[in-house]
Amino acid sequence: MKALDRKLLRDLWHMRGMAVAISLVMIGGISTFVMSRVTYESLKITQARYYIDQRFADVFAGLVRAPEAVAERFIELPGVNQVETRVVAPVNLEVEGFDDPVTGRIMSLPEFGEPRLNVPYLRRGRLPAPAADHEIAINEDFADAHGFQPGDRLVAVIKGHRKRLDIVGIALSPEYMYAIPPGALFPDYERYGILWMNRKALATAFDMDGAFNDVSFSLQRGASERDLIDRVDLVLARYGGLGAYGRDDQFSHRFITEELRGLETMATIFPVIFLGVAAFLLNVVISRLVATEREQIGTLKAFGYSTAQVALHYIKLVLSITAFGLVAGTGLGLWFAKGLSGIYQVFYSFPYLHFELDPLILLQAVAVTLVAALAGTAFAVRRAAALPPAEGMRPEPPPVYRATFLERLGLQQRLAEPSRMIVRHIARQPLKAGLTMLGIAAACSILMITNFQRDAISWMLGVQYGLSSREDLTVLFTDPTPRRALYSIKSLEGVGHVEGFRAVPARLVHGHRSHRTAIDGIEPGGELQRVLDAALHPVSIPPQGILLTEYLAEEILRISPGELLTIEVLEGNRPVLQVPVVGTTREYLGVNAYMSREALNDLMREGPAISGARLAVDPERQVEIYGRLRGMPRVAGTIVRDTAIEQFNEMMEQTILYFSFITALLGGFIAFGVVYNSARIALSERSRELASLRVLGFTRGEVAYILLGEIGLLTLLAIPLGFLFGYGLSGYLTVAFSSDLYRIALVVEPATYALAATIVLVSFAITGALIWRKLARLDLIEVLKTRE
Amino acid sequence: MDSPVVFKARGLTKIYRMGEVEVVALRNVDLDLHGGEFVVLLGPSGSGKSTLLNILGGLDTATSGHVLYSGTDLTAANERELTAFRRDHVGFVFQFYNLIPSLTARENVAAVTEIATRPMRPEDALEIVGMGKRLDHFPAQLSGGEQQRVAIARAIAKNPAVLLCDEPTGALDSATGIVVLEALERANRELGTTTVVITHNMVIAEMADRVIRMADGQVAGSERNETRKSPSELHW
Repeated sequence: MKALDRKLLRDLWHMRGMAVAISLVMIGGISTFVMSRVTYESLKITQARYYIDQRFADVFAGLVRAPEAVAERFIELPGVNQVETRVVAPVNLEVEGFDDPVTGRIMSLPEFGEPRLNVPYLRRGRLPAPAADHEIAINEDFADAHGFQPGDRLVAVIKGHRKRLDIVGIALSPEYMYAIPPGALFPDYERYGILWMNRKALATAFDMDGAFNDVSFSLQRGASERDLIDRVDLVLARYGGLGAYGRDDQFSHRFITEELRGLETMATIFPVIFLGVAAFLLNVVISRLVATEREQIGTLKAFGYSTAQVALHYIKLVLSITAFGLVAGTGLGLWFAKGLSGIYQVFYSFPYLHFELDPLILLQAVAVTLVAALAGTAFAVRRAAALPPAEGMRPEPPPVYRATFLERLGLQQRLAEPSRMIVRHIARQPLKAGLTMLGIAAACSILMITNFQRDAISWMLGVQYGLSSREDLTVLFTDPTPRRALYSIKSLEGVGHVEGFRAVPARLVHGHRSHRTAIDGIEPGGELQRVLDAALHPVSIPPQGILLTEYLAEEILRISPGELLTIEVLEGNRPVLQVPVVGTTREYLGVNAYMSREALNDLMREGPAISGARLAVDPERQVEIYGRLRGMPRVAGTIVRDTAIEQFNEMMEQTILYFSFITALLGGFIAFGVVYNSARIALSERSRELASLRVLGFTRGEVAYILLGEIGLLTLLAIPLGFLFGYGLSGYLTVAFSSDLYRIALVVEPATYALAATIVLVSFAITGALIWRKLARLDLIEVLKTRE
Repeated sequence: MDSPVVFKARGLTKIYRMGEVEVVALRNVDLDLHGGEFVVLLGPSGSGKSTLLNILGGLDTATSGHVLYSGTDLTAANERELTAFRRDHVGFVFQFYNLIPSLTARENVAAVTEIATRPMRPEDALEIVGMGKRLDHFPAQLSGGEQQRVAIARAIAKNPAVLLCDEPTGALDSATGIVVLEALERANRELGTTTVVITHNMVIAEMADRVIRMADGQVAGSERNETRKSPSELHW
């Protein structure tokens, strides 16, 4: 090994504390980058493979009923590759030993052979045998929630007929990777199941013999999805078509796509912050190293080392620190990615995971890190290399100090000498002080992000369930039902308050923009379902016109109150109506359109009909009430509110905890990296000065005050700045993550600020302890003897 | 002296600008140094000794005038050429040794032999200065005199044509200083290296072939010793 390389290794060992601190920050950047990118790519590849293997359809359409012969017309449509017609039926399920209402969706399987599209992925057991009329396969999440195995049984109520069914297989489907019961906001695996059954058996039970009510298509290569959707709508218009839609509007696919988009955002923001801070720290440390090694550099050059050789020496040092960060960061990133993809795999019901490490991702990580490291140190290395040897031999001129601005204001009387030293030292290198503050502030902001997510979610749930949807139970009817049905529900013992609602599926159109949703016709002055304005105050439902969720009005339809909205109703006679938009509402989950129930009935030219009811019930009698409701004709299903919240919280808790752990760890890395390095550098720069003070009779505490007071002051100043950054970053995230599925509220709780500040202060305390030990070892005589 | 001229300086002037003030470090210096010669540069601090040495060694450049090294004009050389000149022809010894603290004695020498064209083995160089037994000690584990001898080993290990020493005994007590001077003397005698030693210690002048006195940036006088004393005969 070359002598200079030995020097490099020993220098590295000597500055190992700082090198590790810098590496930690780099590890933060590299690991978040690798984690997000690898998870993203792995899930993308898995998703694509899964879609291809299970022949996930491109276009979907629901309808009321069409004879099977209509399928022939679909095959002739231009651009169509495969067509699959199905019978899809809502069911109520009875699970032995489980009292809560369970609903589900049964889908037909062709009598013989595999489906052409949307093939279930069989996990265990088998699909129903040909002609078997009581065999079903069920989705894995539902099976796992109840511990079902092939061979178990459950009872389904289809159109009021109880049917005992044998579970023969456990399966998954790309259509239901994120399975949400109708009318609910979150998956509920215990109370919602996806079932597969032979077509004939299902059609018989559901009165669909020789007919279908669901169709999906795959497209030929290069065919236009939009064109096919229009043609399908045209064909299905007379069969009660509910509007065809492409994959982009397929709920499960949408949700996963949004989530993956979040990963991409993460792959950008975090590495930029971390690597920026790492570059700054490298700059500080290498600059200091170059300053302390002035004479060595001068000597090397006197003996004929060239500028390039000297530069290379310091570049190697930077690269060694970077290499450690890269290796450890990549390793940690892959480990995080494994954990995170695992969580996603469960969360989104992927049947398997192709965990792939694209070498390109590694190359990107290496390139980005190297650029950051070398850019951060270019100046210091250049200075080292360009140092004329004769100048290197001379001691550095004493640093220039001035009375600071504060002092010139006459504040010096208030400051003791040590405090004056602190203030002057900061003022002498304002850029460095500023960057140190920026680094600490960045750590603080990253630490805020995680808890911000938690704050935002609990806020969203609070708004959704505390202010807006306040019912205990929701009952859904199979068909629009006369409003008087409310009386029979209300007469059930334990039911306190009942509000009916009318939901009409529709396409809302404004200019060339449109959105498929259901218009919710609610009772004005209702207590259970309330619509909120921007200040989250309940809004009274106007007797005429329609209210839209802000995001739907502003971002999707670009329509303002006062303008006319076109409503293409997707049920009954499918009227096309013009309704004025009369206001917007604030909601964080989903996007909705609200009208007065009566006005909606009028538009639909029907009597006082309702699609379901929201109930407030006595919790003691809740189970009894489910039982009664289940027995009522026309009741398609019941949704329980509390369980939905619990389930959601459980799931979010898992993911968020994982992120919290990661970001808290990495945010801590930054905080510690910046604080420790600043203190270490200050100690190195000023050990002579401090030793002189010790010789003059200053105590270790007083000397520590001068040294740590500076970085402590910067830390304190950086915390409010960090709060500001954290708030800004949260604001950015709320915008970046907004979609029609959900919006994140910009809510940061005091506890979030407190936690971030605490971690930053703890980093400072640890640094203080380490520096205190180093001060104890400060050799007064040795320090004073060595020539600077 | 019959040996060829190694350095020929003519009209060397060096002006430093320190803020508002101009400091003239060298004024119109003419000087010839011959091969194998042991020269002592005497003078008080601020007389321009170090500046002259730095310019001769290619560490610094003159404001005006010329330095010819074996016929090559150093004043016309660029940074790269000066680096090559130092690498191949010059050995330096400094008052404060300037060893690399993170390298052992052997490694400090090796750092230079690795880039030289016809070096001796680091161990051999250290043997010449009497440090053959302390090859693997770090600078912090060596006394001042030992460090300076390592520095001399480092300077001579590349077999330089000239050895330039700036106050090599300035930080040492007299006994240690004499050991260091013996090492220099031995290198000059055995390797035939042209050696220039800066000092303000008149006693050391007695071991030189020639003594050049400097004052106020100018050569104030040059005299030849009839006999060179050996370092062990010196006292101060």
